[in-house]
Amino acid sequence: MNRRDSIKALGLTAISTSVLIDACKPSETKTGTSTPEETTKEAGREHWEIERDKELHSETFFTSHEMATITVLADIIIPKDDVSGSASEAKVPEFIEFIVKDIPEHKIPMRGGLKWLDLQCLNRYQKPFVEASAKEQIAMIDEIAYPQKAKPEMKPGVTFFNRMRNLTASGFYTSKIGVKDIGYAGNAPNQWQGVPDEVLKQYGMQDVKI
Amino acid sequence: MSEFQIKKSPTVYDAIVVGSGAGGGMAAYVLANAGQKVLMLEAGQYFDPKLDAHQLKWPWESPRRGAGTVRPFGDFDASYGGWELDGEPYTKKDKTEFEWFRSRMLGGRTNHWGRISLRMGPHDFKCKDGLTDDWPITYDDLKPFYDKVDRMIGIYGTVEGLENEPDGIFMKPPKPRLNELFIKKGAEKAGVKVITGRGAVLTESIKGNNDRAPCFYCGQCGRSCKVYGDFSASSCLVIPAVKTGNLTVITDAMVREVITDKDGTAKGVSYVNRRDLQEYQVNARLVILGASACESARILLNSKSPQHPAGLANSSGVVGKYLHDSTGASVSGFLPQLMDRKRYNEDGVGSVHIYSPWWLDNKKLNFPRGYHIEYGGGMGMPSYGFGSGVPVMNGMVPDRNGKMKDAGGYGASLKDDYRRFYGTGVGMAGRGTAIARADNYCEIDPDVVDKYGIPVLRFHYKWAQEEINQAKHMQETFLSIMKEMGAVVTSKIQGRETNYGLEAPGKIIHEVGTIRMGDDPKKSALNKYCQAHDCKNLFVVDAAPFVQQGDKNATWTILALSMRTAEYILAQKKKQNI
Repeated sequence: MNRRDSIKALGLTAISTSVLIDACKPSETKTGTSTPEETTKEAGREHWEIERDKELHSETFFTSHEMATITVLADIIIPKDDVSGSASEAKVPEFIEFIVKDIPEHKIPMRGGLKWLDLQCLNRYQKPFVEASAKEQIAMIDEIAYPQKAKPEMKPGVTFFNRMRNLTASGFYTSKIGVKDIGYAGNAPNQWQGVPDEVLKQYGMQDVKI
Repeated sequence: MSEFQIKKSPTVYDAIVVGSGAGGGMAAYVLANAGQKVLMLEAGQYFDPKLDAHQLKWPWESPRRGAGTVRPFGDFDASYGGWELDGEPYTKKDKTEFEWFRSRMLGGRTNHWGRISLRMGPHDFKCKDGLTDDWPITYDDLKPFYDKVDRMIGIYGTVEGLENEPDGIFMKPPKPRLNELFIKKGAEKAGVKVITGRGAVLTESIKGNNDRAPCFYCGQCGRSCKVYGDFSASSCLVIPAVKTGNLTVITDAMVREVITDKDGTAKGVSYVNRRDLQEYQVNARLVILGASACESARILLNSKSPQHPAGLANSSGVVGKYLHDSTGASVSGFLPQLMDRKRYNEDGVGSVHIYSPWWLDNKKLNFPRGYHIEYGGGMGMPSYGFGSGVPVMNGMVPDRNGKMKDAGGYGASLKDDYRRFYGTGVGMAGRGTAIARADNYCEIDPDVVDKYGIPVLRFHYKWAQEEINQAKHMQETFLSIMKEMGAVVTSKIQGRETNYGLEAPGKIIHEVGTIRMGDDPKKSALNKYCQAHDCKNLFVVDAAPFVQQGDKNATWTILALSMRTAEYILAQKKKQNI
C-alpha cells in the first residue's frame, strides 16, 4: 500500500491535516462491527475508564472562593501577552478542578495551600488573597515564587506555589492556545526529511553523520 | 440442575493458541495460513488499531491532558492494562520489588511498545564468558527466521557489520533529529558508538501487502497505528490470520489451565469468560502458550494432574525459575545551546532514530555482558507535566540579557522562559543484560487467588552486584556523554543508596526465561523447538523459552522463535509425529 492508498484507507482523498484529524476522532469512527449497545461507546477506551471520567465530571471539588483564587493565581503565573492569551482564557482553572479529582494526591496540598495563602493575606492585609490589591497580591507571590531565596517560614507557600505553577503550565500548554504559543508543529501526517538545512548550518551540524 | 457448569465445545481444533501478542500472533498466523484450524484465546478485549488508536489526538482531547492516571504510559497510550489490574493481583516475597505489566487486549503489549527491534547476536546464544547456560540453538539456527520476520513485518536500520549486533534486511532509516546530532557528537567524544536505530516501522511499503501503509511520521507508535504502519501483533498477525478463515479468536477468555489426558498429553484448555463469568472448555490436537513469560508459567504451574504433579511440563522443576528482565537506568537534562530554537515538525517515527549498541570489552569491567543506550528529547507534543522543569532550569543558565536570575518566577518572564526552553530536553536510558538465575523466580502463591479463583503468581527477585555495577557504569557513561555534548543534567544524580538508579526488575517490561529451552529434560522444560519435554503436543512461543537474554529488546526474537516453532509444528504434523 502506498501513502495515497493509506490516506484513502482513512476515508480521505487528499492530504489535509484537519480532515485527517477529524477522521481520527472517535465520534466519526464507523466501526461497522460494534454491537448495538456499544455504538455509543468511545473507541479505544475501556468501559471502566469512560465510567470513571463521567463520575469525576459529575463531582465538584473546589468551592467558588477557591476557584476564584485559583483563577487569579493562574493568571499571575501565565498572563496574556503579545503572543497568546492568559491561563484563564485557556480554561486552566477548569483543568485544575478536573485534575485534582483525577489525581487525588493534589487535593489536600491544593486546598491547604490556598488556605495557607489566605491566612497569610489576612494577617498582612486583613483580607483574603483574591480581595487584596494587585500590588499586595504580587508582594505576597514574590515571597513564594523563588524557592532558593524564599524565607524558611514561607516554605509551605513555596511548595504550594510550585504545584500551582506546574498545574497551570500543564493546563495552559496542553490547550489549543498553549500548543500554538509554544509552537509545537507536529501531530500531522508529513514526510520527515531530517533537520532543515538552515538549522543544521545554525548549529554547525552539516557534517555530523550517524 | 445447578447453574454452575462447564460449557464444553464439541469442536476439536488443530491447535489452541493462548495469547495474541508477538508469540501467539505469529504462531497463529503461520498455522492459519498453512490451513490449520486454530482457536486463539485472548484474556483481554478486542482491539484493532485502525478503529481504537488514539493517534493524532491533541492533548486537550483528554480531560487529564495525557496524564498517566488510568494508563501508565499516558491517556493516549494504546494499552488496556498496566502494572496493576483490578481483581488480578500478584504477590511478592522477601522484599522483592518486581513489577509486572500486563496488557489485556488483542495484540497484547505489542500495541504500545517502542518498536525497537534488535536481533540477539551469536554470543547471546552461545556465551563467551561461560557464565550462563547456552541456548540449545545458535544464531545461525535462528537467522533465517529473523530474515523472514524482517521481510514480512518490515524494519528500518543500517548495515553495520557488528559482530554481536547482526544486521537485518532493512528499509531506509528515518533521518536524525537535531538533538540526536548533538548526542552523536557528544557520545563520540565520550568514546561511545552511536548508530542508526532499528525499528519495526514501515518507512517503505511492503510489496504485495495492501493492508498496511507506510509511516506518516507522527511519532506516536505508542498509541498504535491506524494505517498499520508499525508492527503490532493485532494489525500485522492476528487480524490478517482471521481473514484466512482458519483462525477463530475468542476475547475475554482468561485461561485457567491446560487439560491433559490420562496419558499426559494436552487435550485442551479451560477458561473463564471475563464478561459472563461462565466456565468453558475447548479442545485441540495441540496447545500453544503465548500468554507472556510469567502468565504462561502461571498456566503451566496451575495445570497439575496425576501425570504432571508439579505442574505441566515441569518435571524438571524449572518452570517459573530463571526469570530475568533487562536492567535499566537513565539520565536527563537539557541543551542550553538549543534555547530559542526554530520550530518545525520533528515528530519522526515513534521508535528510536539512533542508539548505541554495546561497545566495550568486558575484560576490564566489573560486570559481565553489557547494555545498549536509547536516546530521547526534542520538540514533542505537550502533555500533562509539560514545563515543570522550567522554573528550575531558568535559574541554571543566563537569561536573555546574559544575567543569571533566581529560579522560579511567574508572569511574562516565566512565560517567555517556557518558550525559550521548549525543545531543549535530552535524555538517555540504558537497557542491559541481566543474568538468568534460578533463584529469581515466580511461583504460585499458595494462599492467594484472583477474582476468577485462579491461583496467582508470587515473585522473588533480587538484583545481583553485577547488575548494580552495570547501572553504575551506565550513570558514569551518561554523565560523560551529557558533559561532552554541553548538556546540563537535571535528573537526580544516582549513587550507591539507590543502586545507581537501577530500575526495579519488571519495570523495563522485557521479562523472559520462565519456561526455558534446553537439550537436557532435567534442566529445562522445552526442547530446542520450544516443545515441552514432558508433553509432546504442548509448545510455548512467548519470551518464556529464552535461556538468557542479551541486551536486546525481546520482541524480534520472540517473533523469530515463534515462527520457527510453528514451522516445526507443520513439519512434524506432516510426518505425523504430533
